[in-house]
Amino acid sequence: MTAVPHEEEAPVRGMWRQGVEVFCENRLALLGVALFVLLTLFSFLGPLFYQTDQVHTDLTKVYLAPGTEGHPLGTDGVGYDQLGRLMLGGQTSIVVGLAAGLLATVVGTVWGAVAGFAGSWVDAVMMRVVDAMMSIPALFLFMLMASIVTPTVPMLIVIIGAFAWLGPARLVRGEALSLRTREYVLAMRGMGGGGGRAVRRHIIPNAIGTVIVNATFQVADAILYVAYLSFLGLGVPPPAANWGGMLSDGLSDTFSGHWWLLYPPGIAIILIVLAFNFIGDGLRDVFEVRLRRR
Amino acid sequence: MEALDRPLLRLRDLSTDIPLRRGVVHALDHVDLEVRQGETLGIVGESGSGKTMTVLSIMGLLPSGGQVVGGEILFDGRDLRGLEAQELRRVRGVEMGMVFQDPLTSLNPTMRIGAQVAEPLRVHLGVGKAEARERAIEILRRVGMPRPDKIVDDYPHQLSGGMRQRVVIAMALVRSPRLLIADEPTTALDVTTQRQILELIDDLREEFKMAVILVTHDLGVIAGRADRVAVMYAGRVVETGTTADLFRSPRHRYTEALMRALPESAADGRLYSIPGLPPDLSLPLTGCRFAPRCRFATDECRAGDVLLTPDAAGNGHEFACLHPVTEPVAIAASSAPADTVSGDSEPLLTVRDLVKEYDAGGAGMRRVSGRVSAVAGVSFDVKPGETLGIVGESGCGKSTVGRLVAGLEAPTGGRIVVDGTDIATLDRRARHRMHRQVQLMFQDSYAAMNPRMRIDSILTEPLEIQQVGDAASRRARVSELLDQVGLPRRALERYPHEFSGGQLQRIGLARSLALSPRLIVADEPVSALDVSVQAQVLNLMRDLQGRLGLSYVFISHDLSVVDYMADRIGVMYLGKLVEVGPAHQVVRSPRHPYTQALLDAVPSPHPGHAPSPDTTIRGELPSALNPPTGCRFRTRCPLATDACAVEPVLQGGTHQVACHFPLRQEAPAA
Repeated sequence: MTAVPHEEEAPVRGMWRQGVEVFCENRLALLGVALFVLLTLFSFLGPLFYQTDQVHTDLTKVYLAPGTEGHPLGTDGVGYDQLGRLMLGGQTSIVVGLAAGLLATVVGTVWGAVAGFAGSWVDAVMMRVVDAMMSIPALFLFMLMASIVTPTVPMLIVIIGAFAWLGPARLVRGEALSLRTREYVLAMRGMGGGGGRAVRRHIIPNAIGTVIVNATFQVADAILYVAYLSFLGLGVPPPAANWGGMLSDGLSDTFSGHWWLLYPPGIAIILIVLAFNFIGDGLRDVFEVRLRRR
Repeated sequence: MEALDRPLLRLRDLSTDIPLRRGVVHALDHVDLEVRQGETLGIVGESGSGKTMTVLSIMGLLPSGGQVVGGEILFDGRDLRGLEAQELRRVRGVEMGMVFQDPLTSLNPTMRIGAQVAEPLRVHLGVGKAEARERAIEILRRVGMPRPDKIVDDYPHQLSGGMRQRVVIAMALVRSPRLLIADEPTTALDVTTQRQILELIDDLREEFKMAVILVTHDLGVIAGRADRVAVMYAGRVVETGTTADLFRSPRHRYTEALMRALPESAADGRLYSIPGLPPDLSLPLTGCRFAPRCRFATDECRAGDVLLTPDAAGNGHEFACLHPVTEPVAIAASSAPADTVSGDSEPLLTVRDLVKEYDAGGAGMRRVSGRVSAVAGVSFDVKPGETLGIVGESGCGKSTVGRLVAGLEAPTGGRIVVDGTDIATLDRRARHRMHRQVQLMFQDSYAAMNPRMRIDSILTEPLEIQQVGDAASRRARVSELLDQVGLPRRALERYPHEFSGGQLQRIGLARSLALSPRLIVADEPVSALDVSVQAQVLNLMRDLQGRLGLSYVFISHDLSVVDYMADRIGVMYLGKLVEVGPAHQVVRSPRHPYTQALLDAVPSPHPGHAPSPDTTIRGELPSALNPPTGCRFRTRCPLATDACAVEPVLQGGTHQVACHFPLRQEAPAA
């Protein structure tokens, strides 16, 4: 317990530091960060230490069981080393997840903040667009898009991002509706400030808690979307890999006893989604508690 | 009937701790109090003094984690801390009743009034549905509800604030408790309603022979209603005695300072203000807790604990002060302040026939069901360097006038002329620049500041918006502003939540001053503050006015504050100005019956100073949706006749009134 002597002498503790402290008090959030770091290191630095050929198929070495010489996790139906493939797949999943989640969050936040702050017919038009897009099942649109364009990593990011922004847009719009009536927005208008400034300096910064927490779930969702698309055969084409695609390949081998093709990508997906959810929970604490405490 | 001299409730050495994220707040520290049957004990103190924690400890309603860590709560001779959970629930549920501050949040919006009032009966006594309803109607009648048999089937949102508070009181009384605890029961209400509720509690106390604990920050409320008073400061009782005795001759230096900080006692045009802030209760404290803010403190005060000691006179008056007050403190009615404003200068602000109406009912394309007349033809002038006070009850349109003048809303009709230009006719660019002339100051500065911005960004924001100066000159201006409002430079790096209410109000004032405006519209700037801090802010506002030649439009519901601040006062009722005149004349010789009623309803910090009952007004403010025709006050006016169906015009010389039967003639010009 540190004694805070008098207000004048108390050290100025920045918002950032207070936030980190609160975040660190949440054990699960720290576990989430640890998981994320581990999986990222595994996917991106792993291949430097554990080199495998993930380009050429080797039909002499199909369905080798884990523990076989040189293949700790065995090989798949075309002879790729499963451990190496897991690393390669992780790269795609994490990159697409982060990028699509970020894209969706940024677009959704700006859209929602502008709609919520402007109100009246601007809001009506902007939100009807969101409603219209939401009324079409996302999976159907994904399939349509994926069959028109060739799925590459950047394309996947754009496709997923283009539909995932609807959630944050609705969320932020709701937030903006209440924030625009706050007295500090009124105070700013009393100084002669306009709408642009209100959205930029007041609405978005104060909705940031919701936005960031939601962003972590968006990332988790995007990783799952990649998995869905691959499962439907609309993911990045081989020899590129991603965890979702590996899982769907593994599923077809369920009854052949090739469990090493099924469990590792499945567990990896669960772990990364869990990691982002934990981080989201921790961030939620940060943004809720900090302002309440003096 | 039991022996009346045995206290019904007695707290002995009660200590309560509230754990926070870092550290433990020792909210109560060895509190000793007692209440007898049929007696009202007033607990008075500033926010954070522990007055609410005391009653929450009794009721077992402490915030999560908080607990009583020492002492005894003796109710009728039994220590509540030793009782079993079941019995404790019964004692607290049946023998004690509690009334909270905010009548809206203490009622469940989805339950009918009758069901809520009767809920304790059904929970604790297992009374049947039909009987519970009968009892609810009966108790609602007792608390003065009109048509209780109708109201039992209403929902809380259908009632006004005063009516809701009556329902809450009925809820507390339905079990016929022996102890009623009222925690700031009237703070959220208007003065005229406040008076009705306080009288009701008084009547019921006599009728039910209850003990009442009345917790409030308002010395005036206590003075008129309590038999005995306990003054709390920083988790301790610092002085206790009979109301008459304590108000006549307070002994503790804190009590004295509180009374001198009341706007009523500003004798020489300046309020006494207590420097500094109350101590942080999570730290170990030694000595008298008021010592750091006390003018009379010596090393002896800081060295060891100062205990409550009885007065030599032996009348039950106790205080914990080593250097008590010996001379009586006079809460003198202030003398008329000298008029500082010359009468013939050009007005800075001229408002003529200002009208603001809002559509009621559906928005957009739905059918409009009516128009709310918030401001209906208001005219006034404000001269440079002058303060115009606007008073009225909530819903009278005073805040709307403030927003219209500050350019936050466009008027439906009328003219607002600032420095020669009508702001309603301005184009966008000119309107943008107009904001440099007129600035707004808010009641709750915390809500009016972006919690994610540091103080330096908050203070530079007006300069950025109006594109005044460059980065360096803005920084210099902000430092200058902080000096003006008396805050250290270090404040710049902090966030709003790190400041106390008084400091935030200073920052709010600094922000309003940033553009060097000529007029500041202050909407209830001190209503959320404690008396001692309120005095600091009011003094600051007056000092800055003298130094910078500012004009204020000072909006408040509190007549004593307006009387202290304003050169002239306008009284509003239901969207109309009913009286305008020099401050001391309006307050001391009001001409409109409504002004008189408002003045009479203000609880005065003179015990035994009860206003005559015939000047009180009853009932509630009519709806602004369909305001009464003619004089809008006639539905509640004791003097109204048929002539009042014709709308009176505001007339007179310097002291104008809109009434067919003014209470007095205008005082001749001096």
